[in-house]
Amino acid sequence: MSDFGILAFGAYVPITRLQRSAIHATNGWFAGGLGGLAKGEKAVANWDEDSVTMAVEAARDALDGVDRASVERVVIASTTLPFADRQNAGIVKEALNLPDAVGAMDVTGSQRAATSALLVALEGRTTTLVCAAEIATPRPASEREMTAGDAAAALLIGGGTPIAKLVASQSVTVDFVDHFREAGAAHDYDWEARWVRDEGFARIMTPAIAALLAKAGIEGDAIDHFIVPVAVKGVPEMLAKKAGVSDAAVADGLTATLGHAGAAHALVMLAAALEGAKPGARILLASFGQGCDLLLFEVTDAIGSVKSRLGVSGWLARRIESANYAKYLFHRGLLHLDRGMRAEHDSKTALTALWRNRKAVLGLVGGRCTKTGTVQFPKSEVSVNANDYAVGTQEDYPLAEVSAKVLTWTADALTYSSDPPSYYGNIDFDGGGRMMTEFTDFTGGALDVGADLRMMFRIKAYDENRRFRRYFWKAAPAF
Amino acid sequence: MAKGIRDKVAILGMGCAKFGERWDKDEDQLMLEAYEEAMADAGIEASRIDAAWLGAAFDAQNIGPSGIPLAVALRLPDIGVTKVENYCASGTESFRGAVYAVASGACDIALAMGAEKLKDTGYGGLPVRTRGTTHDMIGITGSAPGNFAQLASAYRGVHGVDKDDLKRAMAHVSVKSHANGAKNPKAHLQKAVTMEQVLNAPMIAEPLGLFDCCGVSDGAACAIVTTPKIARALGKTDIVTVKALQLATSNGWEMQASGWNGSYFHTTRVAATKAYDEAGITDPREQLSLIEVHDCFSVTELVTMEDLHISKEGRGWRDVLDGFFDADGALPCQIDGGLKCFGHPIGASGLRMIYENYLQILGRAGERQRQNNPVFALSHNLGGMPNQNVSSIAIIGREDA
Repeated sequence: MSDFGILAFGAYVPITRLQRSAIHATNGWFAGGLGGLAKGEKAVANWDEDSVTMAVEAARDALDGVDRASVERVVIASTTLPFADRQNAGIVKEALNLPDAVGAMDVTGSQRAATSALLVALEGRTTTLVCAAEIATPRPASEREMTAGDAAAALLIGGGTPIAKLVASQSVTVDFVDHFREAGAAHDYDWEARWVRDEGFARIMTPAIAALLAKAGIEGDAIDHFIVPVAVKGVPEMLAKKAGVSDAAVADGLTATLGHAGAAHALVMLAAALEGAKPGARILLASFGQGCDLLLFEVTDAIGSVKSRLGVSGWLARRIESANYAKYLFHRGLLHLDRGMRAEHDSKTALTALWRNRKAVLGLVGGRCTKTGTVQFPKSEVSVNANDYAVGTQEDYPLAEVSAKVLTWTADALTYSSDPPSYYGNIDFDGGGRMMTEFTDFTGGALDVGADLRMMFRIKAYDENRRFRRYFWKAAPAF
Repeated sequence: MAKGIRDKVAILGMGCAKFGERWDKDEDQLMLEAYEEAMADAGIEASRIDAAWLGAAFDAQNIGPSGIPLAVALRLPDIGVTKVENYCASGTESFRGAVYAVASGACDIALAMGAEKLKDTGYGGLPVRTRGTTHDMIGITGSAPGNFAQLASAYRGVHGVDKDDLKRAMAHVSVKSHANGAKNPKAHLQKAVTMEQVLNAPMIAEPLGLFDCCGVSDGAACAIVTTPKIARALGKTDIVTVKALQLATSNGWEMQASGWNGSYFHTTRVAATKAYDEAGITDPREQLSLIEVHDCFSVTELVTMEDLHISKEGRGWRDVLDGFFDADGALPCQIDGGLKCFGHPIGASGLRMIYENYLQILGRAGERQRQNNPVFALSHNLGGMPNQNVSSIAIIGREDA
């Protein structure tokens, strides 16, 4: 019987890093007490990203070199899922162009949603892609605004040759309300931090960690990676000390470079730990939220053989520094700029047409003529090949993972964009296929004819009248 | 027997409303303005018109769909009125309907109207609209300047033209059209501009600045066509006939296959070759006397000079800078100001171009009249965007040419 455990891991961090000093420069007059947090930077998702699109990128990172047909279930964990009733994991599945015969599940409602989802997958028998993503909208001038960051992670769980195996786990569930957010609300409501630290983190997690270690028959000093995704300064160190875990084992919370990615942060930190983990290393992942989930992993000898495409470090290195706090507020819907009449355009989606074209729209699946080999997007009944009138000869040809180059481009300041100017143009895929698409994550200078591109799954338009978001693929500079 | 449409159909009368921001007029009033002039020119009663075509691209802006708005505006005598829409080529498309009707023998006299009321949107530029349910999920609508600006990026890359050189050639196109528009009382924009103004204007869509973009206007233009024989019977002596009328529509090759390099209009090249063949023109650079092209943007006009086989590929920008297409150059382009300054009421533009060519051939163009009346005059009316479009070409000329 083959071993069961973590087969692959990946992460995603949005390219924009908002400087906390820029936030404080605007809000300091009002919230002077946050000055101590006004250092470093936080990752903020672009206007066209949400938890689903970020999860897709993390999954692509994890599945690099993996046969996607092996995935039997897709899970997304987040407290900021875009849809309350439309399976978010189903959108991830379509974007990854997985076969229809897979299971799917959305897990939400707590800061430990991702670890709970991970635990269930690890205790199951199916090959499960566990994604976690979070895009926070903290109230301006709040402490959360300083500490939060946007990110995603993904883990493939299944049988075979795992890179890490679950040794023991421990869960506690108590309705300890350190903060809450009503369904559909944008902002959290937080209770006093000192109470949360003493009665919450310390009193709930400490005995649970001790119980976990006892269950595994090890002492705290046997832990090599102590992962506590808690944004409050000093808490991971405090818990480590109480558990007998060495200071050196306490994992970096990515505060300075990324911020705290909510329910996704546990998996983001786990992915970061797996990047540098050595065979035999023990990883304790401890997440908190109305109790806690504790997972103890042992890294296997296979750890060196599996790499994510970029991993947390790779994504962190792909970075655009920004001091534009107003732009961030506008993109989160917290600053109501005059968008002009062009923004009034109705982006209603015909759900019938979306269903018919779901592979093209969500999966960027084009067509390839079985007769001439001509590749095109979208697929059509009659091939675009000018020299051969071939009807019904096209087979699915996925283009999402194919690299592309700029054929033409412009920076359009007239058409409405949430991030003007709107960059778009014609692109050519390597090996054939062409489309006109938007460019995203560009700062301008890098764009020219012949520039290398990578496709990314993004929000194309938001229908404000019906509160429906339309997804599609855009081109980003290759990385 | 003549090949194609050549000399089968004559223009009996033409009219054109004043283009511009016609805040006080509805589209039906603009159509009437063009119609009255055309009817006076034709010298016929409305009862002689057998059928009519209306070209309008943004019908939702004022008149609404179908041929009914034209029939009502002109109180046409219960004849068949067909509304056509083919993006910005709708004007020439309506002309094509009327010309074909006469050429077929089904009609003795037919009317073509192109009209547009764009200044009811509340903002500058063209109205934002859907391009279809499926397109909106996977395509880019963008703005017109954004779509056409991409020509410049590809043209620079394909022909190795320096960014500043191309920008200067584009600016020359606009400076020339503004100088021409200043002599045209019906033009929307009648003010000359300098190179400096054009080069330093605010950027609309890289590299197109404000003056690289044509005016968006209200307006209407009208043509009444018949056979040369009937025209003579009605007392006409200087007969202007249709020499060629071609339309090429993208089938998705440019946008989806991989042969197109983004720097030119495939359709225009196809339509131009067919049109010259139809008109019996073998050397367009020498034989054409006047051209009106679809200069929605300066860069469009520039590459169109090559697509019409007038300038050599990659050399159009040099001809432009040499003044070849200026009003006093060898082959004037946009002697009436073009879309740039006469204005661009979408559905009317194709007919406005033919109107100017018609006036010039007959020596009726006033202050901007060419010294020697043109013999062959070409108009080029384009709709869509570089990677997917409708390109139409109408060549008219003296009957004996």
